[in-house]
Amino acid sequence: MFRNTYDSDNTVFSPQGRLHQVEYALEAVKQGSAVVGLRSKTHAILVALKRAPSELASYQKKMLRIDNHMGIGFAGLTSDARVLSNYMRQLALSSRLLYSRPLPISRVVNALADRAQLNTMQYGKRPYGVGFLIIGVDSTGPHLYEFSPTGNCFEYHAMSLGARSQSAKTYLERNYEKFQDADLDKLILHGLYALRDTLQQNKDLELDQVSLSIVGPGADADSNTPAARTGEKFKIIDGEALRRWMDMMEPKQIPGSTTTAAASSAAGANSGADQGGEGGASTSGEVQPMEE
Amino acid sequence: MNYLPGQTWSSQPAQHHHQFASASYNTDPSAHTSQPIVTGTSVIAIRFKDGVMMATDTLASYGSLARFMDIKRIEKVGENTILGASGDMSDWQYVQHTLDKLMLREQNENDGHILSPSQIYAYLARVMYNRRSKMDPIWNSFVLAGVDPKDGSPFLGYVDLLGTTYSASTIATGFGLHLAQPLLRKAVEGREDQIEEEEAKRILEECMKVLFYRDARSLNRFVIATVTKEGSKISEPYSVPTSWGFAEMLRGYGPQTQ
Amino acid sequence: MASQGTGYDLSASTYSPDGRIFQIEYAAKAVENAGTVIAIRTKEGVVIAVEKLVQSKLLVPGSNRRIFNIDRHIGAASAGLIADGRHLAERARDEAVNYRDTYRHPTPLKALADRVGLYVQAYTLYSSVRPFGISTILAGIDDVRGPQIFMVEPSGVFWGYNGCAIGKGKQLAKTEIEKLDLGSLTLSQAVEEAAKIIYKVHDEAKDKEFELEMSWIGPETDGKHQLVPDELRKEAARKAKEALDDEMED
Repeated sequence: MFRNTYDSDNTVFSPQGRLHQVEYALEAVKQGSAVVGLRSKTHAILVALKRAPSELASYQKKMLRIDNHMGIGFAGLTSDARVLSNYMRQLALSSRLLYSRPLPISRVVNALADRAQLNTMQYGKRPYGVGFLIIGVDSTGPHLYEFSPTGNCFEYHAMSLGARSQSAKTYLERNYEKFQDADLDKLILHGLYALRDTLQQNKDLELDQVSLSIVGPGADADSNTPAARTGEKFKIIDGEALRRWMDMMEPKQIPGSTTTAAASSAAGANSGADQGGEGGASTSGEVQPMEE
Repeated sequence: MNYLPGQTWSSQPAQHHHQFASASYNTDPSAHTSQPIVTGTSVIAIRFKDGVMMATDTLASYGSLARFMDIKRIEKVGENTILGASGDMSDWQYVQHTLDKLMLREQNENDGHILSPSQIYAYLARVMYNRRSKMDPIWNSFVLAGVDPKDGSPFLGYVDLLGTTYSASTIATGFGLHLAQPLLRKAVEGREDQIEEEEAKRILEECMKVLFYRDARSLNRFVIATVTKEGSKISEPYSVPTSWGFAEMLRGYGPQTQ
Repeated sequence: MASQGTGYDLSASTYSPDGRIFQIEYAAKAVENAGTVIAIRTKEGVVIAVEKLVQSKLLVPGSNRRIFNIDRHIGAASAGLIADGRHLAERARDEAVNYRDTYRHPTPLKALADRVGLYVQAYTLYSSVRPFGISTILAGIDDVRGPQIFMVEPSGVFWGYNGCAIGKGKQLAKTEIEKLDLGSLTLSQAVEEAAKIIYKVHDEAKDKEFELEMSWIGPETDGKHQLVPDELRKEAARKAKEALDDEMED
């Protein structure tokens, strides 16, 4: 029934000192649709692919606001993401209440990781099945972090998560040195190109499928000060508002096709949903195994 | 912890403590602090050109007895903030410990985020309001002063045992609220950005003398502390000369009854 | 391995017939596969050095630190599961604060190591938890016994050390530490020696990239546990590389 003797629960080390249950939880992250995060000197952004569980359903949210100065994009079990983001919101609020301070990004990420760590060592618990990319601006500037079910968190110049995210990672590794000095438009385009690389050969990005979030300078300003009015607070951008950047993209070369623009339709429908419930059941019924 | 009968899981992190507490609870009446015991008197503080300045004396009284003559009532909180206390001295020591723990927690992180004076003030105000809401107040009035290391802006705030807070360019507690505050306002308000360090010190010393003449729980041994962009310094205690010549012709108290 | 398939190695609460607890031994395996961490004690103070293996070039250099402040006078670093290291560091901080609450005095290092050891040991007793997959070095100075190092193992056992190494390169690192004259070393010299050892034990064939992370405590830091300043660390790394190249030529 099990792949080996040591992978049935998370309180058991394998003879090699590995925790198989935790490693399997990482697989749940790979089942989710892709999210890409990037950071420049001034801004941090996320772009993600949304999926619709069926043609009659709306697209699943891939991003959540935590506070004025911070937000997340996630891949994996959406319900776990909702529980954990709620925890982050609580931390962010208590920081404002207790210290009048927007919560430093590194602190919330560490708190999150510490909480996830507990789920890797107690019987009857399972590791969380979701990965986050966290972007935010605090008094030390813009940041991008990855949180994973292992209870680790790392700070990155750029990172990607989810299905076929290795292709995005390849793009990011090739280009990340340009991100530091990129302006916002350039940064978003880099994000979109990286995201497009996670698609199958014959697919192109579609407007409805993409989600973007941005956080920039002044997002962490005290809300009682004039600086807060001009601050670029965390915001999620979907739909028509994205067209500006989509139009700026160079068309994808689709092999064997003479047309280059976004010609495919309903690309979201056949790629399966971000898992909905704890069982990871999606309603589409045609979830493709995502090869990594 | 367990929300439904038989529910063994929770979306909250496991709370290892208190799990079995409150099975039976104590119905005895509980007594809280209802008066201060060993007390310090006024704290006064003002803004000046380069930052903020604060003064206290070094006395801790046991009722009307001048019990401890060398008590520090101003302490550093981190590099850019100072805190002055009047009221109960054991509560003051508790607050010092609490804030030391806060700063230790912050320093441990070592992530470039440093609490600014106004953020430390916000925390202290929450602690004070929280305790008064439990009907167990921390019996002090505090003046917190500092300069934000990031933008160099000065901060001066008051918080007391009720959790009352306000900020101003001159602040005084206790007897000083009645005797020194009007003098400080006259000397400082509207001139905050002109007053040199020397003048600021002179203004505070003047007020401390007035307090010494009129406040029977005070001493002519002062400490003056300054915070500027460069950081904070607290002076050694020093005594100032006073003259009681004017009292010779006064009648109505002391040995002269007529 | 003789332990496998016997059924005696599936829980921390199970002894094998010859009296071993395999789950603890497996946890120790997680330590053996991790980047090397060393600590060196001199008369003046202590140095901790970590071989931080870098998994991706997208990581921000200098972030994701592995050495933690526990109290103003104590630092800690773990080899093994990084998240477990954070968990235990957080616990050590709580214990240090608890000592302060009770005694209004910074905790002596041994008292802290004792409490941390007890905590780790508790995770070897029950089937409902797993042992910590880390060994942890606690290093610091207290006003009675001066500079000290303690190392806590997954079993909860801890000892004091003059020099100590955990992780992949621990054998070679130990040999190198034994060559040092710890009695006459200054703290700054210890920083350089620690850097040399980390560079020496790093296995370039197996792990591509690493970052050298170092902390110290002693007269230079006013008795506080701090990261070694960047310039100093880079200088130490430069000298370490030089020494390594010289050795190669011989």
